[in-house]
Amino acid sequence: MDKSSEAYWKATLGLLTKILIVWFLVSFGAGILFAPLLNNIHLGGYPLGFWFAQQGSMYTFVALIFIYAKKMNDIDRKFDVHED
Amino acid sequence: MELQTTIYLVVGLTFALYIGIAFWARAGSTSEFYVAGGGVHPVLNGMATGADWMSAASFISMAGLISNMGYGGGLFLMGWTGGYVLLAMLLAPYLRKFGKFTVPQFIGDRYYSKSAATVAVLCLLVASLTYVIGQMTGVGVAFSRFLGVSKETGVYVGMGVVFVYAVLGGMKGITYTQVAQYVVLIFAYTVPAVFISMHLTGNPIPQLGLGSNLIGSDVSLLQKLDTIVVELGFGQYTTTTAGSTLNMFVYTLSLMIGTAGLPHVIMRFFTVPTVKDARSSAGWALVFIAILYTTAPAVAAMAKTNLLRTITPGVVTQNADVYAKDSAIQYAERPDWMNRWEKTGLLKFEDKNGDGRIQYYNDKVKDEAVKAKMDAAGWKGNELTVNADIIVLANPEIALLPNWVIALVAAGGLAAALSTAAGLLLAISSAISHDLVKGVFNPKISEKGELMAGKIAMACSIVVAGYLGLNPPGFAAGTVALAFGIAASSLFPAIMMGIFSKKMNKEGAIAGMLFGLFITLFYVFAHKGLFFIKGTEYLPLIGGPNSFFGITPEAFGAVGAMFNFIVAFAVDKFTAEPPEHIQHLVESVRTPRGAKAVDGAHA
Repeated sequence: MDKSSEAYWKATLGLLTKILIVWFLVSFGAGILFAPLLNNIHLGGYPLGFWFAQQGSMYTFVALIFIYAKKMNDIDRKFDVHED
Repeated sequence: MELQTTIYLVVGLTFALYIGIAFWARAGSTSEFYVAGGGVHPVLNGMATGADWMSAASFISMAGLISNMGYGGGLFLMGWTGGYVLLAMLLAPYLRKFGKFTVPQFIGDRYYSKSAATVAVLCLLVASLTYVIGQMTGVGVAFSRFLGVSKETGVYVGMGVVFVYAVLGGMKGITYTQVAQYVVLIFAYTVPAVFISMHLTGNPIPQLGLGSNLIGSDVSLLQKLDTIVVELGFGQYTTTTAGSTLNMFVYTLSLMIGTAGLPHVIMRFFTVPTVKDARSSAGWALVFIAILYTTAPAVAAMAKTNLLRTITPGVVTQNADVYAKDSAIQYAERPDWMNRWEKTGLLKFEDKNGDGRIQYYNDKVKDEAVKAKMDAAGWKGNELTVNADIIVLANPEIALLPNWVIALVAAGGLAAALSTAAGLLLAISSAISHDLVKGVFNPKISEKGELMAGKIAMACSIVVAGYLGLNPPGFAAGTVALAFGIAASSLFPAIMMGIFSKKMNKEGAIAGMLFGLFITLFYVFAHKGLFFIKGTEYLPLIGGPNSFFGITPEAFGAVGAMFNFIVAFAVDKFTAEPPEHIQHLVESVRTPRGAKAVDGAHA
């Protein structure tokens, strides 16, 4: 593996790690582990922990995939490995 | 127009549409048959994936489950959507770059081993078959309830329709039909939800309505629901977890990994033109899925509120005392829809204390103070049982919506079941015709011969699925856990390591798959019986039910996946590295440049 493709893979893994941290925090963090704590805060009529488990995590997931797709395309272009 | 006529009309029109589309999109080559020629637009592919993914279980059962479980039901919502993040980032773009028709083919080529491919075929067949049984049963039930035909006729009609468009059109026909089915099912799901949300909270958007105050009151819907269900002895709606917190955590993770590892979902990403499209298509798929999945919790809580309002009107609208003598309605004055559903046996009433009123509560409540109040009120046990599956189907009737909405829900339920069945059948037939017939038994088969083999395999799968749908083995319900467990514990880790570890060799991957599979089967069978045969459970051997840190068998897939990874890396350490050309293959899979049209050639 040459230098550039090594750097490309490193950049990819870096992006994956960041996205997976957010993925974990909204669902397993806010939706499950910290839900009892967050339920003390209210979002309209929603207790916040409940909202994360049944609404918020899903909205975040959608956003995460599009952010990933966009950033990944940027990385492809930067390392000149994008499709034509 | 009469309800029955309206239903016939709406369902008939949607079926004509599906068959019309299938005729227009006939498959002429193996590439069109397996991957729709690899030229489906990412947004359309996202919609088709949505319909493929959302089965009768999502459409009919999920909201009912959440309605009963409350907060804990969120594990289905997070699990079945969070898996798409994993799929989009860890698998889809790389498998698209790899550019072959099927999942077993990737595993076979990457691990340079026919045994690895065969293990993958086996996992795929078990996971997909158990799923398809459920869909065909769902089709039969939906037909018999809405069209007034027998369940058998329902299954035959369903088989006929799937046969026409799946065998004729292959992936191409299925994909474009699924786009239409998505539109039907999403309307069918959201229209009643909008009406009901409007009715209860004045807010037409269910996702916002769920967080709003009840109309004409300054108490939020969820708070009101919490208060009433606690008084009735149930767990508080917004905080009750599914088992322990650990179990909920692991269960959610299992569903996520299982979702990402299910072959009929992964296959969909072979149909888009480029790697870039594979990434965004997963996002679009999740958008279309999330429209239904974020509506479901609103449907769940509102259906529960409506049910309680029907039985105890004063309690929900005027803060009347739950335990008062006249709080519940008289059985004789119950609304028509209750009467209709009683006939199906899915809703049952038994007047245990002989007061002619309907007492609906949890008679196994632990809280002594609540129990004392119930006894003082003269309640002699819960008198109403409501099957969770009727929540979505009866919802429009409970809210007294017009006939065309009820007809739409019928068409939507059928669209959900048929679209998923078709996707699964394609996964099964491609595993048989492409991975077994062409890959193992007869590599020299011509394209025409393979296409024919694919169609025959699909026709046979439909007959088998139909037969099993008519005579569902007693284990059908329990095996869904198995389908997810297998996808999570064997397929997902093998594919992921194939991409993210250049050095993973065939010994490691095969040992990992087999061990993950074995340990998951061992734990599931301990609870549900060997191959689901009643009486062969061996719970004492593993130390009682849920003995592994209190984890239920449905949630065990994530643990199996963990073992798979550990065993694979351990074995990999002590065996030879994969050959040079395989390491180059992995490098090339990692970069998008040079992605070509998907083809089926076996390396």
